[in-house]
Amino acid sequence: MLPDNAIYFDNASTTPVHPEVRKLVNSLLETSFANSESLYDEGMEISRLMEKSRTQIASLLKVQPHEIIFTSGASEANNMAIKGAAFAAMGRKNHLITTKVEHSSVANAMRQLEEVFGFDVTWLDVDERGVVRLDQLEQALSEKTALVSIMAVNNEVGSVMPLEAIKKIVRKNSHALLHIDCVQALKRIDLDLSQVDLASFSAHKIEGLKGSGFLMKKQHVNLVPIISGGQQEQGLRGGTANSIADIALAKTLRLALEEQTQYRMVTRQLNRRMREGLAQLPEIEINSPDDGVSAILNFSCKTIPSEVMMNALNSRNICVSAQSTCSSKSKTPSHVLKAMGMSDKRALSSIRCSFSSRNTPEEVDRFLRELKEILHKYGTHSL
Amino acid sequence: MEPIHYDHILVRYGELSTKGKNRKDFIKKLTDNIRASLSAYDKLTYERTFDRLYIHLHGTEPEEICAILKEIFGLSSFSLCLKIRSGLDAMVETGYQVAMERGQGTFKVETRRHDKKFPMVSDQINRAVATKILKESEMKVDVHHPDLRIGIEVREEFTYVMADTVKGAGGYPVGMGGKALLMLSGGIDSPVAGYLTMKRGVEIECIHYASPPYTSSSAQKKVLDLAGIISKYQGSIKVHIIPFTDLQLAIYKHCDESYAITIMRRMMYRIAERVAQKYKCLAIVNGESIGQVASQTLESMQTINHVIDMPVIRPVVTYDKLEIIDVARRINTYETSILPFEDCCTIFTPKNPVTKPHPEKAEKMEAGWDFEALIDECIEKMETVVVTPATPQEDDLF
Repeated sequence: MLPDNAIYFDNASTTPVHPEVRKLVNSLLETSFANSESLYDEGMEISRLMEKSRTQIASLLKVQPHEIIFTSGASEANNMAIKGAAFAAMGRKNHLITTKVEHSSVANAMRQLEEVFGFDVTWLDVDERGVVRLDQLEQALSEKTALVSIMAVNNEVGSVMPLEAIKKIVRKNSHALLHIDCVQALKRIDLDLSQVDLASFSAHKIEGLKGSGFLMKKQHVNLVPIISGGQQEQGLRGGTANSIADIALAKTLRLALEEQTQYRMVTRQLNRRMREGLAQLPEIEINSPDDGVSAILNFSCKTIPSEVMMNALNSRNICVSAQSTCSSKSKTPSHVLKAMGMSDKRALSSIRCSFSSRNTPEEVDRFLRELKEILHKYGTHSL
Repeated sequence: MEPIHYDHILVRYGELSTKGKNRKDFIKKLTDNIRASLSAYDKLTYERTFDRLYIHLHGTEPEEICAILKEIFGLSSFSLCLKIRSGLDAMVETGYQVAMERGQGTFKVETRRHDKKFPMVSDQINRAVATKILKESEMKVDVHHPDLRIGIEVREEFTYVMADTVKGAGGYPVGMGGKALLMLSGGIDSPVAGYLTMKRGVEIECIHYASPPYTSSSAQKKVLDLAGIISKYQGSIKVHIIPFTDLQLAIYKHCDESYAITIMRRMMYRIAERVAQKYKCLAIVNGESIGQVASQTLESMQTINHVIDMPVIRPVVTYDKLEIIDVARRINTYETSILPFEDCCTIFTPKNPVTKPHPEKAEKMEAGWDFEALIDECIEKMETVVVTPATPQEDDLF
């Protein structure tokens, strides 16, 4: 458990479960164990609640209920969308497009399609703000392009991709499907899923349960299932439904969207306060673009590598992330920061703070105080 | 056929049999250690005789008990036994069952007749049992090197039938040889050094130098896990954790980079000696091996060892790395040791460490600043953790 005085600035990694979601899940755990596919009252009741959840999620996102496929989370949704669409196009179209700053579940799915299944993958560059190069996108598209997969908001630095422009370019230059990884976008930006064929979502980033998420798949899109099994989720995902998580997802999403105005206001204030504080420290370089989402603020420290900084913050009960859990044996610099054109050293000393509306200005102030102390104590040695 | 339900284990004492008047203490220590290692099994009872210990199982499954006994130092061998009423039919039947557990290979029946009033002599009993086994199985007799020895001990009312003899870990009971302080780093070598020391009957406590934030809490957890793995040889292990950062930073501030590791090791030795004295440890143990790294050349050992008077035991000093790894694998520390968490040596590695440091040079570099005060502080802020093979804190979670 987090100690009372802990500062949790790692909300892009995961979030605590919303109290109302927790209450709902607890009561469902006590009452609702049946298999949603069973043909007696208890099973059918679960199935009814799941479908109600699906309908509500669809209406919140302005899509059709049968366009929502429950999954174990966004990694699964990303794999389902990317491999499913690629396999469905195999033999006709063998070209895929993505960016150099995607989450590993997109990047490694693409890499597998490239290395194992012989697809051509175009990896788009980003500019120094971490935003995808639209000129490259336009050039890469062709009639051979089966799928374009681009994240809405980058998880490491918070840059926002120009979704409307991407839609237009893809529509104009190809018949490719467009997949958007929306994991870091919910609450943080307005999402319009029109003209988007596939979109991945996760519950635990918006105060829901881990192991819960969904794929939005427009009706016209044909996917080859990667988990073969029974009739569940239109045959796209075999296996007994995680019904309690699926039911709770509707409330999770509704609460997130209801709170988003306040969320953006609070995180904007925290972001500004943090940037002002960091500007006083000559060792600090901000990596996040000015126009990124306010919930994510990434910076590097010239005098302390990520891992040492993480240990020091951890011992002061401050939870943040570096780009990756690096070890002494394999220090790999953040691929996102590298793609943005930064040096290895800067990419190996980055820290990501990610806020929620439950954070306070006092926490930002204490963070800055502790950071200053750490820089003073351990920062003088160039290791 | 029903599996045999062995009802007790016969334990034979080890090297201590030769130790004359100390014998009584040795046996007491060994039986205490055995009881401590088996304390989780509350149905067991113990019976001590002149040259043996009987562990009565009372329904406890013997497999786990045997696995634990194999790891206890000072124990030469043990056997699973059955107690039956004395009588030829029962001996033949039970001997046959024991043989059938194996079912193949060669065997030998070894009867000892303590009750000389029993109507048959040992050899007749051997033949009766062997006849049934030979007739009803594929097994063959080999009186010199049998795969399976079936022991039969005939006493007045009861007879003991013993399955094969399992070799124990040898060595001396831990604690007979006093106590030493092990410098436990988290690498491959030091847990092996600790194990070999305990094998000779020496109890250990551990000292670990942590340099947060340069070392992570995972690195420290790993050290405690390693201590946990080797703690089974003595029941529990104390780990003294020294907060080493300030002293280490001071070394880098005041000394040449090439001498940083030498001076750091000298500081570690000084601290270890103080802690050893405080906890009545008679020697320092570490995992140094000649020439393995710059600080382990003979010149380095001399320059480093120079700062203390206490004996330093280096059980793996002549081992090749691969030989150390073999032992580490056998005692199950290897997989934990190679987890990639930084320790205070790996993070401050200078580019060109000196391989032949001079004590005078080291002394010169230590002269200009007050390291004694920093050592005092290290010892003042030391934390001690007691580790056992399984530290059950989250049992109700799993």
